[in-house]
Amino acid sequence: MLLKKKENVRVLSTARLAEGVYEMWLETDMAKERAAGRFIAVYPKSRATLLPRPISICERDAERGALRIVYRVAGEGTREFSSWQKGDNAEILGVLGNGYPLEEAEGKTVLLMGGGIGIPPLLELAKELKDLNCERKIVLGYRDRNFFLKDDLTKFGEVFVATEDGSVGTRGNVLDIVENSGINADLIFSCGPLPMLRAVKKYAGEKRIPAWISLEERMACGVGACLGCVCKTVKVDAHSHVHNARICTDGPVFLAEDVDI
Amino acid sequence: MNTEIKIAGVMFKNPVMTASGTFGSGMEYSEFVDLNRLGAVVTKGVANVPWPGNPTPRVAETYGGMLNAIGLQNPGIDVFLERDIPFLRQFDTRIIVNVCGKTVEDYVEVVERCGEEMIDMLEINVSCPNVKEGAIAFGQKADALYQITQEVKKKAKQPVIMKLSPNVTDIGEMARAAEAGGADCISLINTLTGMKIDVERQRFVLANKTGGLSGPAVKPVAVRMVYQAAQAVKIPVIGMGGIMTAADALEFILAGASAVAVGAANFINPYATAEIIKGIEEYMERQHISDITDLIGAVTGW
Repeated sequence: MLLKKKENVRVLSTARLAEGVYEMWLETDMAKERAAGRFIAVYPKSRATLLPRPISICERDAERGALRIVYRVAGEGTREFSSWQKGDNAEILGVLGNGYPLEEAEGKTVLLMGGGIGIPPLLELAKELKDLNCERKIVLGYRDRNFFLKDDLTKFGEVFVATEDGSVGTRGNVLDIVENSGINADLIFSCGPLPMLRAVKKYAGEKRIPAWISLEERMACGVGACLGCVCKTVKVDAHSHVHNARICTDGPVFLAEDVDI
Repeated sequence: MNTEIKIAGVMFKNPVMTASGTFGSGMEYSEFVDLNRLGAVVTKGVANVPWPGNPTPRVAETYGGMLNAIGLQNPGIDVFLERDIPFLRQFDTRIIVNVCGKTVEDYVEVVERCGEEMIDMLEINVSCPNVKEGAIAFGQKADALYQITQEVKKKAKQPVIMKLSPNVTDIGEMARAAEAGGADCISLINTLTGMKIDVERQRFVLANKTGGLSGPAVKPVAVRMVYQAAQAVKIPVIGMGGIMTAADALEFILAGASAVAVGAANFINPYATAEIIKGIEEYMERQHISDITDLIGAVTGW
């Protein structure tokens, strides 16, 4: 793994994918690194909003040297990002976090479960899993019919969709699809809002299958120094020897049974 | 050009340090910064036993700054001495260990454990606003500060820095209390107690309700307090609070700080410490200043 770095990079393209959801391709050597489940932190240019925003890597193009991020506008920082245009410069920090343990998927049927703005990291994950000997079932939960990344994901596995308002696919959440469609798997990789991840953890526990879940928390440094973004862990953590692992560095991907969420 | 400074008999290659809690024990930022460049690494606060810290959310951004309520999560002195000190000793930089505790006995225990170690100075954290017991309880009353300073000084083998809180009425009085208690140096400011409310959810942003404000938003307050503290005592002062650039660092030095510490800026720019050191050297060259110590407290009136 290369050292982390802060880099001034060029915005290659931007697009709006759905209401409040945007994508950006950034030109960076960081695209050479393992990316599934990892993230970069993007710095707003405004001097009022100083902290970098952690955003998962949606896709990487190693040949072109480009990373794709897909994010929801959630506050002032991401609102600023959504105004950036092709050719603009962007300061980014990366590559951060541990990522999904791809090797666990070898020879297995893998269930990829994504909810809302937790869906983007599943694309790079599904892409990288395609090179392995594994079967991929992809379950996506959206609020409504304003889908994003669904078409990209269908290239890499069988996709099932749920919407909260029932406008398309199964009404409900990702677990409703799994139960209604009788989907079975040996392994789960998931990213989404905390209530969904709690349900995934419970489901995986009942089925006795391992689930790797990607957590998020308010971050400051992004590199493991400030101890802002911790999550409770069942075992004593390696850094502080308490029960608080650093999501930015020890995670964001954890084995569900190892975290107390 | 001389950038060396001396505090309580300890020589520093330059006056730029890291602010406790923003730099871990250097390991995380060693990917970005050559720690050999730094005047000192001031470690995250360490207690006699591991502390889990506060519930999340622990951090929140504010206009030109941030709030934190980490609550001094730390692995305790055993792991710290076994893992972090040997790591830092690989580098040619001074090591200042920030010490926290809930009781006087806790502080003294950590101070004693550090006694035989290759540690250059101790910084006693009596100013963290985010823990219920200890810390700030000693840092907001002059007589309590005087007493804990005395207790620590009785046992300390290394020179002692008392880290002061800005959440007081008269910073000069607090600085004098630390000096009278035998402190070799004072450092300030720790964070200013603040609060942020999410109006959409009508809820506190931090689980702890309050947090410590840092970042460039606090700098003018910090410069003023460093100036007042430096005027009040004869012992050296380490200044900090919102330093982002070399010019910011120089403001503190001109106000009377012998050294400075860079905190939240590390989160905003992981190369900040190294860039500030370079910037100070460039300033000295440009201004034909041969010795940085000539700048300490050199601010003039109109």
